[in-house]
Amino acid sequence: MPWSKIKCDIDEPDFCRVSDGGNRRLGYAEAVREALEQAMALDPAVFVMGQGVDDPSGMFGTTLNLHKKHGRERVFDTPLSENGLTGIAVGAAIGGMRPVYFHNRPDFLLLTMDQLVNHASKWSYMFGGVVNVPLVVWACTGRGWGSAAQHSQALQGLFMHIPGLKLVMPSTCYDAKGLMFSAIADNNPVIILEHRFNFKHKGYVPEHAYRVPLGKGVVRRTGRDVTIVAVSYMATEAFKAADKLSKEGIEAEVIDPRTLRPLDEELILSSLAKTGRLLITDSGWKTGGITAEIAAMVAEKGFHFLKAPVRRVTCPDLPTPAGYTLEKVFYPDEAHIVAAISELLAGHDGLH
Amino acid sequence: MDYPRDILVALYRGMLRIREVQLRIESLYHQDEMKTPVHLCIGQEAVAVGVCANLRKDDFISSSHRGHGHYLAKGGDLKAMIAELYCRETGCSKGRGGSMHLVDVSVSHMGSSSIVGGGIPIATGLALAVRMKKENRVSVTFFGDGAADEGVLYESVNFAILKQLPVVFIYENNQFSVCSHISARQGGQVIFHSTSHELMYTRIVDGNSVLDVYEASGIAVERARAGEGPSFIECKTYRVRGHAGSGSDAALGYRTAEEIAAWEGKCPIASFRHELLNRKVVDEMDLANMRKEILLEIDEAFQFARHSPLPDGKNLHLYLFAE
Repeated sequence: MPWSKIKCDIDEPDFCRVSDGGNRRLGYAEAVREALEQAMALDPAVFVMGQGVDDPSGMFGTTLNLHKKHGRERVFDTPLSENGLTGIAVGAAIGGMRPVYFHNRPDFLLLTMDQLVNHASKWSYMFGGVVNVPLVVWACTGRGWGSAAQHSQALQGLFMHIPGLKLVMPSTCYDAKGLMFSAIADNNPVIILEHRFNFKHKGYVPEHAYRVPLGKGVVRRTGRDVTIVAVSYMATEAFKAADKLSKEGIEAEVIDPRTLRPLDEELILSSLAKTGRLLITDSGWKTGGITAEIAAMVAEKGFHFLKAPVRRVTCPDLPTPAGYTLEKVFYPDEAHIVAAISELLAGHDGLH
Repeated sequence: MDYPRDILVALYRGMLRIREVQLRIESLYHQDEMKTPVHLCIGQEAVAVGVCANLRKDDFISSSHRGHGHYLAKGGDLKAMIAELYCRETGCSKGRGGSMHLVDVSVSHMGSSSIVGGGIPIATGLALAVRMKKENRVSVTFFGDGAADEGVLYESVNFAILKQLPVVFIYENNQFSVCSHISARQGGQVIFHSTSHELMYTRIVDGNSVLDVYEASGIAVERARAGEGPSFIECKTYRVRGHAGSGSDAALGYRTAEEIAAWEGKCPIASFRHELLNRKVVDEMDLANMRKEILLEIDEAFQFARHSPLPDGKNLHLYLFAE
């Protein structure tokens, strides 16, 4: 089993800064691409499929020219039959392969829900553990340029709801590579939801193959006054907000959960035990979403730590508008986080 | 009938065994000890048996909610199947699946789906794995006319043709989806019959004739094994029982008792039995001994199931994820 040779690496270099952990810097897409290339070299069972994976843009660069190195048998374009092809990937996984199925937008994952939810997530449990589905499904949430209601949905809440699916949302180049490795090595269906704005990043990425473990979050910044749990791209906004708050003497601790399912509850609760205040921020919707679930978990397991009500910074419960004046108010950013934390510390409950 | 005697006898025995298992389920279902919705394939045995007689142990199949026949014809363990119907820990799915979710990986039955059409792309994907691993296996998917309404069939067949995968689509057309006749759901014959045979071999056969099914699917399986791509075989048959549960549903009134009786008259087992006796392939004594043997095996399977332990509630959380 070649996957056991790839060690879990939980040392996380400092976020969004030139790292002292190493000086090899890669762009986000290159980090994902390197993981795929190394995984394919490591294990002949790994293959990459998806609409446009071998096209000139190579899925934002993540699959660029992989077919030239590994051949079109293992890196192939697909018909736009999202549900059928998901079932085909499930079948291939049951048959001993490790498919990685790329979609450029999570919106298209809605067409795959029968095979993901009724089949991939059920196969192990429903058959008493005698069959398993080592499948990775990858999609990148769009943002900006008028992508609008059907090309920029952040649907992580839907996937977090499903037992039998693992849900990964990286925010750094280092994690993008290490979590891709862990997802491919996992013997279960794993959804990786990327965010288009993460692709602006460059960061420290070791050249060797390494795994970032699923279910382990990371403290991106330590602080004593308030805990910010920030998912995917919102970790970047949270980090900027924390820097601003620091100038006002407020020290925020920023936690990046990295995987939503399994969720590193312990990390969140232990930070909360220290700060007593919690803000959760996600690029998806508020109602029934990621922030709702984390808030509920904290209400059940960490209520006694709370000195103030939990605050959430998310997109409003609306389809994404196209026009840029509307987009500007639709998307939350560091200013929303700063404002919410200022209120939180001032004792406002956020209901006004 | 130009087949060797052992093949003819095996085809008959396979059908009779599936029939007797289902009749036993029917006769005991009212006891409410099999607490799982059963979907019987009485009258459709020729499809499962005729197709699987062409398959090797390591050829894959995928199946549906009406899957008892496919499981048994592929060589699935009878005791484990009956134990699954009793939701026992010794069931093929350890009591987590029930009647609609049978599996036996030792004979490459990789699990049946109760989402209509759900198994079709999975079998297609198994064929993709076979191709990528350069194995000499064939993948077969059994699905009904309800699944032929679903878009995923089109998606899967298109991909199989595109990649010339070693997959055989067995369209088991029993004419009903619950109480809806196919004429209320489809405007005509499925489109795949008009595909060029160079791209995909297609046939329509009498699904109540085990020899017709055996012959057509045999060609399909050999083509797949030879790397000549997918096939689509429509087996026309009839669901003589109700959608789920035991017994006739003639009283519901969505079809006439005469229609059901007419199809019961085309029983694939009775007609084949008649042929075998006429041609002196077997005699009455052979058949009586065969049935006795089968009933004994069924007795044992039901005893095994009823005496098996139920899953322990403390193990509710097992198996969600593989290690």
